[in-house]
Amino acid sequence: MIEAKNISKWFDGQRVLYDISATFDTGKTNLIIGQSGSGKTVFMKCLIGLLTPEEGSILYDGRRFRSMSDQEKKKLRMEIGVLFQGSALFDNETVLGNVMFPLKMFSPLSHEEQLERARFCIQRVGLNNADNKYPSEISGGMQKRVAIARAIALNPKYLFCDEPNSGLDPKTSILIDELLSDITHEYNITTIINTHDMNSVLGIGEKIVFINKGHCDWIGNDKTIFRSTSQSLNDFVFASQLFQEVKKFLEREYQAEEDI
Amino acid sequence: MFFSSIASFGKYCIFISQVFRSPDKWKEFFKRLVFEINKLGVDSIPLVIIISLFIGAVITIQMTINIVSPLIPSYSTGLATREILLLEFSSTMMCLILAGKVGSNIASEIGTMRVTEQIDAMDIMGLNSANFIVMPKIVGFVLFVPVLCILSMFVGLVGGWIIAEFTTMISVEDYVYGIQSFFNEWYVWYGIIKTVFFAYIIASVSSYYGYFVKGGALEVGQASTKAVVSSSILILFFDVILTKLLLQ
Repeated sequence: MIEAKNISKWFDGQRVLYDISATFDTGKTNLIIGQSGSGKTVFMKCLIGLLTPEEGSILYDGRRFRSMSDQEKKKLRMEIGVLFQGSALFDNETVLGNVMFPLKMFSPLSHEEQLERARFCIQRVGLNNADNKYPSEISGGMQKRVAIARAIALNPKYLFCDEPNSGLDPKTSILIDELLSDITHEYNITTIINTHDMNSVLGIGEKIVFINKGHCDWIGNDKTIFRSTSQSLNDFVFASQLFQEVKKFLEREYQAEEDI
Repeated sequence: MFFSSIASFGKYCIFISQVFRSPDKWKEFFKRLVFEINKLGVDSIPLVIIISLFIGAVITIQMTINIVSPLIPSYSTGLATREILLLEFSSTMMCLILAGKVGSNIASEIGTMRVTEQIDAMDIMGLNSANFIVMPKIVGFVLFVPVLCILSMFVGLVGGWIIAEFTTMISVEDYVYGIQSFFNEWYVWYGIIKTVFFAYIIASVSSYYGYFVKGGALEVGQASTKAVVSSSILILFFDVILTKLLLQ
């Protein structure tokens, strides 16, 4: 479980995060949603430790990140897997090389065991016959899969995904969402996904944190989101005609279920 | 301007202190070192050969044309060609040229890694990205650059010999006698010492500009340009200091 308590962040005197507190549960896909520029990427970077918040604290299963020594932070980082928005694959490494990279650097396994683990991760994300291809030779969806394989190579306890669906077609987006959800449940990982894709919100949002203009405006899940009275959340989630219709339909469904 | 320069220098010092730390895995470091020596050093050999050959030839022609006094011995052409190559061309001029090739290569490569979040990915894994990426580049280039310097000296002299052999401007005997006359071995060491300093400047300054890029492709290009300009200015500045220290 990851706890964020009263996180505030400033850039050049301008405040971008206002006392954000949220808890991210183990074994669940936790979503951070919000408009572009709302501060969700900054919040995620604070959680990972790429940015240091001016106020507040972050606890990884009770371990306070800020008061950790460099050695403890290094150890914690090995428990973290990150999927970046642009995949962040190493250009001069093959698919296998990319997945092998964290194993080579941090794992005590022998070379053969590392190879076996890397191949297992590549197969787990559904990539076949791509071991020797370079990132530039594979599609965006495949790059995301490789990045997921690299992120899970060291058996992380925490998985962070920054907009995993950006730039992908709807079908591939759903496949990536399903893959992340499956991995989360299979390995009991605390997964945090930064997204503004409504399909993800409705599909895998076991816990949802909505950030609006640097404030945490709402916390719930894919069921309660339809009953939220938060105006800013409704404006964001149900901005399109399609999702307004979906909302009406699902509200009727849930009401019918309750009546029964 | 002054304060921002001081701030940049401070940032550079902190960056270098991150770079020169014990690698997480020595095996990986040596692998990358060999890779960087090949990419930054060995790949520069054709450029060094071509430029040195032609400049050596041009210096010989210029010397022959300009030294026309009967009071100056004919072997002076070879002697002057050798001194120019050893003292300035094969060290300073060659490093200025390499600042363009190697410096822009390093800055753009690291800058691209920064803007595509590859460096963030390394940091997140708990890796010292500055050490992992930059140290093999600096060490590799510094180790290999004396080879380029000596190669440049040799090929430059061959360029002059070609002029002597295939034209009637100067006899081969006079040229060879000239390049052997009054030889001071220290000048070779002087050139090598200078190139080692310059190689460090090129690799570290370019890495610094690449590592701290913010933005996108445009900023990577700008960082690359800044890296070449700053490296060139620093090379010229340290050329004066090193010449004063080493030749006085």
